[in-house]
Amino acid sequence: MRRGKSPLAAGLVLLAAGLAWAAGQAMSVQVREGQLRAQPSFLSAIVATLGYGERVQVSGEQGAWRQVTSGQGASGWMHLSSLTPKQVVLQAGEGLATGGASGEEMALAGKGFNKEVEADFAARNRGADFASVNRMEQSHRFTPAQLEAFVREGGLTPAEGGGR
Amino acid sequence: MKKNPRKAPQPGRAVLILAGLALAALCLAPWWPAVPAGAFSFGDAGKLLDVGKSALKVGKAVGKASEELTPEHEYYIGRAVAASLLTSHRPWADENANRYLNLLGQTLAAASERPQTFGGYHFLVLDSPDINAFGCPGGLILVSRGLLQCCQNEDQVAAVLAHEIGHVSLQHGLASIQQSRVLDVAGVLAQEGAQHAGGNVAALSGAFSGSVGDITKTLMVNGYSRGQEGEADAEAAAILRRVGYDPQALAQVLAVMGQRYRPGGLDFAKTHPDPQDRIAALREKIGSSAAAAAPSPARQARYQQALGRI
Repeated sequence: MRRGKSPLAAGLVLLAAGLAWAAGQAMSVQVREGQLRAQPSFLSAIVATLGYGERVQVSGEQGAWRQVTSGQGASGWMHLSSLTPKQVVLQAGEGLATGGASGEEMALAGKGFNKEVEADFAARNRGADFASVNRMEQSHRFTPAQLEAFVREGGLTPAEGGGR
Repeated sequence: MKKNPRKAPQPGRAVLILAGLALAALCLAPWWPAVPAGAFSFGDAGKLLDVGKSALKVGKAVGKASEELTPEHEYYIGRAVAASLLTSHRPWADENANRYLNLLGQTLAAASERPQTFGGYHFLVLDSPDINAFGCPGGLILVSRGLLQCCQNEDQVAAVLAHEIGHVSLQHGLASIQQSRVLDVAGVLAQEGAQHAGGNVAALSGAFSGSVGDITKTLMVNGYSRGQEGEADAEAAAILRRVGYDPQALAQVLAVMGQRYRPGGLDFAKTHPDPQDRIAALREKIGSSAAAAAPSPARQARYQQALGRI
């Protein structure tokens, strides 16, 4: 047992180094409303909402959740599906001017298919019912407490998905 | 062995260090670019790097929509697909039913492969007797009254929603966009980045309406592939199991749909494989429990209250 200790320790040190390297990663919010939660669960309270493109520092992980701190100093847990390792550049040229990031390392926010392209599409397709789509997006938004009540009353399990 | 512990055979130590390295590598794995499983074999280590490189190149040249398009692009495509579908399918303005569908759907989406999309998951009942549902990219999910009428309890409605969430989280809609359009967008984006230019609506409008058209046609006319339907069924079963619903509920709804299946019909019959085939494929994954568990009284009460008169 004693013999195995030091190589195992070496392995563990490497493991810890790997974790520390991974945990030190900066990531960006890739959704419109990045939900920062008190605990790693969708039923946990939202402590702050981070905007699209906001940069966070990862300091820990649990399953598909990342413990992060925002540039403003807010900290909590975000689900991996709301984050990207890419740098999200809010204005074209910004990333190129400052960091020289390649296309695979960055995404241009508001570029490509965006509000203007949608407006152009709507003008050409008068029948397209964006009013109903807007209503659909804006109605029936629930607090974690409401979702928790639905899960509890139905005798369900508060489940977490993967991190695609 | 006990004589001289200091001179113990080294291979053991090397193995442990290697194990440590492997563990460290595993921890880093989520940050490595994903290489499609099966893209190359580990048989020929010498060629591994080159093959991997060319696989990446090919992937890039082909312009896979889920890689070239950001969640923001996916969001705008999904909105336009839903807006287009809503020209021929009207919303059912029952607040109670829609509220219930959203509570249920958002609970399920949290347990999917991709719980967070750019604009989130939203659900709407369509006022149509046809048996149909549409999962638009990004998470706008439309379900007809006709399909909800095939359901008898909350578990079965959950099965229907979970199947559509499966299509969304696996990005099947984006996969039906013609590759030439994806390449067009990638080209415009590269130019915009390089030139620090503003929006380029004119250059993108064709690719956008083309992409929306490709997906709408898939949803309404051609349908997804048999393989994609199988993947969405499997993801649905996984979601149901995680949340605590009976995965057999999916087979139960499919059985009802099978009874109402009219080959050549204009609804799901046009765009989906025969429900009997889907049940058979599903059985291989979830088995076939003889008797369905009795639905919980609380679940049944709220289901009746919200969708009893659908």
